[in-house]
Amino acid sequence: MIVAERKHLKEIQGLVSDQDRILIVGCQECVTVCMAGGEREVGILASSLRLARSREGKPVEILEQTIHRQCDFEFVDELKDKVEGVDCIISMACGVGVQFVAERYVDRWVVPALNTKFAGGTKEIGLWEERCGLCGECILYLTGGVCPIARCSKSLLNGPCGGSQKGKCEVSEDIDCGWQLIYDRLQEKGRLDLLFEFQPPKDWSVARDGGPRKVVREDVML
Amino acid sequence: MKTESRLERVLAGGHFAVTAEIGPPKSASAKGIRKHASVLKDYCDGLNLTDNQTAIVRLSSIAAAVHVLDEGGEPVIQMTCRDRNRIAMQSDILGAYSLGIRNILCLSGDHQSFGNHPTSKNVYDLDSVQLVRMVKEMRDEKKFLSGDTMKTEPRMFVGAAANPFGDPFEFRVVRLAKKVEAGADFIQTQAIFDVEKFARWMEMVRDRGLHKQVYILGGVIPVKSEKALQYMQTVPGMAIPDELIKRMSAVKGKEAKQEEGVKICVEIIEQLKQVEGVCGVHIMAVMWERIVPEIVQGAGLFPRPRDFEPAEPEAAQAGDD
Repeated sequence: MIVAERKHLKEIQGLVSDQDRILIVGCQECVTVCMAGGEREVGILASSLRLARSREGKPVEILEQTIHRQCDFEFVDELKDKVEGVDCIISMACGVGVQFVAERYVDRWVVPALNTKFAGGTKEIGLWEERCGLCGECILYLTGGVCPIARCSKSLLNGPCGGSQKGKCEVSEDIDCGWQLIYDRLQEKGRLDLLFEFQPPKDWSVARDGGPRKVVREDVML
Repeated sequence: MKTESRLERVLAGGHFAVTAEIGPPKSASAKGIRKHASVLKDYCDGLNLTDNQTAIVRLSSIAAAVHVLDEGGEPVIQMTCRDRNRIAMQSDILGAYSLGIRNILCLSGDHQSFGNHPTSKNVYDLDSVQLVRMVKEMRDEKKFLSGDTMKTEPRMFVGAAANPFGDPFEFRVVRLAKKVEAGADFIQTQAIFDVEKFARWMEMVRDRGLHKQVYILGGVIPVKSEKALQYMQTVPGMAIPDELIKRMSAVKGKEAKQEEGVKICVEIIEQLKQVEGVCGVHIMAVMWERIVPEIVQGAGLFPRPRDFEPAEPEAAQAGDD
């Protein structure tokens, strides 16, 4: 899933300081799971903003709505009625959702409430970790199911670098060395031979470096 | 001989080679580089110019290498994968060769979070093993990474780093083997303080016969006090025995400590000479370059071999590109 984290209240307040009628939109997908922008977080942000603004002597009218998915126009269209009554929309989705909302309601001022972090998963409650580098060409079959693009700080393909020590990355003791993880996994599987082979330079043209990407599936188009 | 590198000739001649490091300054002046080069050139067969070491912006390694050439030294440019993509790397390698540079050390590079621009974006289009292979193929096959061909190839003596103290320990030799297979001609290791652990690593190197395929230069760092050792103990990928810290701590007085630091360094070099498969030493006297002559002399490695013919000047090639 896409993992995101809410911006500080002060920052969000600043983004809408000149707005008096606001719709806060939540999303029931990834950001609900990572507890950043679901219905509950929409309620918390709405109350916090109302309180902060009334303390400033600038009361604000805030509507709330959480839709199934903000990255899908079908659901974004459900916001139509509420959008009519406001000047500004705070999207509590990932960057994708913010853009779909902004694209649909071009005459409204749309701002993000979250910082979109990475493609990852829930390691334990309250801990989410990055797992995929979205490089466009999966090589997890070479590395025992541990991604060197996302989990090595240098995205090395022939790692580890000299900075790996005691299983940790040179960048921080809080980061596991991705290549130590790969080594351990392949050792468990008796497949260290995979690491002896030279891995050639990656084709980054299928990653973000090739420009904004699209997936087109004519077979499923209506 | 694969190249016109002086370092290659020394190594191929069976001499115990000496290289040292010169750290370019955080300014636009070449004064310090020239001063160090003019002294060190007689004591070393190669002078490494670091490439924005520890991710701190410094005068470029290739520019610094030209100053070393002007002073009569033999430069080894370091190139990291952190700051350039494959286009910039190949371009700089062509440029470096055209300026008279004959040696390159291919590195991953310290992560930018260490340096003075921690908010920068890194590149890592290639990793160091891929960089080694690329330089080798540019030289031996006159090919760019894309497969396009060139007329005049950069005939670089290709180096790579090895860290005998990084983890996973067992994999370190495999990684060296990958670098050798990719085309590394010489290796400069991480600084050695724990000679015993290094010797264990060299045993694994010899088991694979790698010492016969690549010239291995053991890295050493002279230290001025126990503080430097204590600091290095916290640096990822460094192994510092406690005894050394005790030994330095026991010595009192700044000058006496410095003398002890030189003594330790010379002792380590003497021990490295005894390790089968070690072809030379790489002295990394960071911010203390002027001490290198004393160490080289102390280790009985002076004078350096100079009895071979100077490299033949490049034949003029009209209309060549």
